[in-house]
Amino acid sequence: MAEIEARYRKKRLDRGIKARADTIFAIASRREILYLILPRVLPVILLLSLPFLLPVYWGKVLVYACIYGLLALSWDFLAACGLFSLGQAFFLGIGAYIAGGLSYYFHWSPFITLPIATIGGGVISAALLSPVVRLRGVYFAMVTLMLPMLFMKMIETTGLLGGTHGLSALKPFPAGWTGTYLVIGLFWVCLFLFRRIINEDYGLVLRAIRDDDRAVMSAAINIYWRKIQALFIAGAVGSFAGAFMTHHYQFVGMSAFALDFSILPVAAVTLGGPGTFAGAALGSMILVPLSEALRALGGMRMAIYCVILILSVIALPEGIFHYIERKYHQFEKLVRVG
Amino acid sequence: MKGEEILKVESLSKHFGGVQAILDFGFLLRKGEFLGVIGPNGSGKTTLVNLITGFVKPNSGKVIFQGKDITGKMPYTIAALGIVRTFQMVRLFYNLPAYKNLIIPLSSTRVKKLRGGEYGERDDVAVDLLDDMGFERDSFVPYKLAGSLPHGYLKRLDLARAMALRPDLLILDELFSGMAMSEVASTLPLIEKFHEEGLTIIMIEHRLKELFRVVDRVMVLNFGQKIAEGSPQEVMNTEEVRKAYLGTEVEG
Ligand SMILES: Nc1ncnc2c1ncn2[C@@H]1O[C@H](COP(=O)(O)OP(=O)(O)OP(=O)(O)O)[C@@H](O)[C@H]1O
Ligand SMILES: [Mg+2]
Repeated sequence: MAEIEARYRKKRLDRGIKARADTIFAIASRREILYLILPRVLPVILLLSLPFLLPVYWGKVLVYACIYGLLALSWDFLAACGLFSLGQAFFLGIGAYIAGGLSYYFHWSPFITLPIATIGGGVISAALLSPVVRLRGVYFAMVTLMLPMLFMKMIETTGLLGGTHGLSALKPFPAGWTGTYLVIGLFWVCLFLFRRIINEDYGLVLRAIRDDDRAVMSAAINIYWRKIQALFIAGAVGSFAGAFMTHHYQFVGMSAFALDFSILPVAAVTLGGPGTFAGAALGSMILVPLSEALRALGGMRMAIYCVILILSVIALPEGIFHYIERKYHQFEKLVRVG
Repeated sequence: MKGEEILKVESLSKHFGGVQAILDFGFLLRKGEFLGVIGPNGSGKTTLVNLITGFVKPNSGKVIFQGKDITGKMPYTIAALGIVRTFQMVRLFYNLPAYKNLIIPLSSTRVKKLRGGEYGERDDVAVDLLDDMGFERDSFVPYKLAGSLPHGYLKRLDLARAMALRPDLLILDELFSGMAMSEVASTLPLIEKFHEEGLTIIMIEHRLKELFRVVDRVMVLNFGQKIAEGSPQEVMNTEEVRKAYLGTEVEG
């Protein structure tokens, strides 16, 4: 045995460039087509069939994971142009309250409030954060961290929009699967769109702003306007999640601005792997169910949850998705040495 | 050669804390002119470029470009108006392929407006531009990661990035620093060609011999002030310039 081990060693190879390039479709064999299609199609099929397969309780967790997933995608999109948000709850809360307000005071159906809240939330997010797009790194992050708290306090003290009680008995989605599939569908659309955009010229410019904003400015590109556009997109996605949440639970309260909604998406992206969106999606699909599963543990839940998070980040600092992607494109074989 | 006035700088001043980087500086540039700027290290040449291109805001003074006051405007606004610069320390996107670096200027509204209908695929335009800069299009070089290219290529990539904007005024901040002799020899004719095609150029250079071969006029800076201006010969015969350059090599 030792002799064999001495003469052979495992060699890791990257798969041929033909099968890996996204833009070249000169694909030779059925195997290569499968190789490319499978990782894209399989998760979609899985997620679409899950609501049928899962028990009711876990179906609800899945919806929750999609809400967090949208926030994580929105976070990753902002991070792509160098804006680090600690205030995803703000996007969520704005969307949630627009939809809630419209539904409570005007009794509008979700199919009207949802688009209004999505666009309106994007506009409000971009407008309110536009004065601070010049701030970098931790300064921008601090402002975003404060915004949801500010709004929460304002609602609490003024008693507007239901105050501490929130607005309840709001219009639900039609009975059945509509709500569930709406959020799952948008989660996928958002994931694929973002992955697409970021590799187009538009996304290239956004990533360049993160890498060196002065070089981008010298290329006659208004980096602040681009950042405001990114804020609109990220804000709209977060607001959609909020508006969806409002109608799904038929309630909106101050908890829409809760710190959890700001922190957990960041944790999900870190765990899944930043910069890929797939990492953000994967991270939330792991973290949210995990935190539910740990509920049984009672008081120790948060502690164990944190330990798991820390350990996984230490073990896979690049993020789970980067790891999986790398392994998927590699294959190992034994080669003779000497 | 001398056309209408394109750039006017009036009593520009800038200090960084106690350091007076530029003091009461003024000059005039005409369309199609090729102006050289020289001066010892730390004399304020880069600061002057930063002031003109909006990367640094002046404490006082004015910059007027094509009749428009552009003092204190944002760098992207100034670039969009047509003043485009290269960087002494190249600023590029090292984890992008060389030609993808040009997508950024090519997606600016300035280029969209200038190119109008004739717009081709951005990637093709980028590769064409690189081809002009001597990145052989049939080699792998334009497609390599910028980070893997030798320094001379990076400087030319930075030049290509500037030329992608189709500037009205090109400012080169020590383009030749860190380039090998052969690279300088192949890049200089490019610059001369741009000049012959009518481009207005300001060129900051420590390699006086190469600079003097191509420029119409030279400006000499010392301690943030202009100490001489004129043709290369005139300038190098000035007493003050000789003093400022004492100890550094002066080639005629
Ligand atoms: N951002 C800044 N902050 C503080 N001081 C600065 C800054 N930029 C330049 N300076 C100072 O201003 C002076 C002029 O610097 P500048 O870079 O313009 O010189 P230069 O002529 O370009 O020199 P070199 O030939 O070395 O490139 C120097 O003393 C420098 O230290
Ligand atoms: Mg300099």
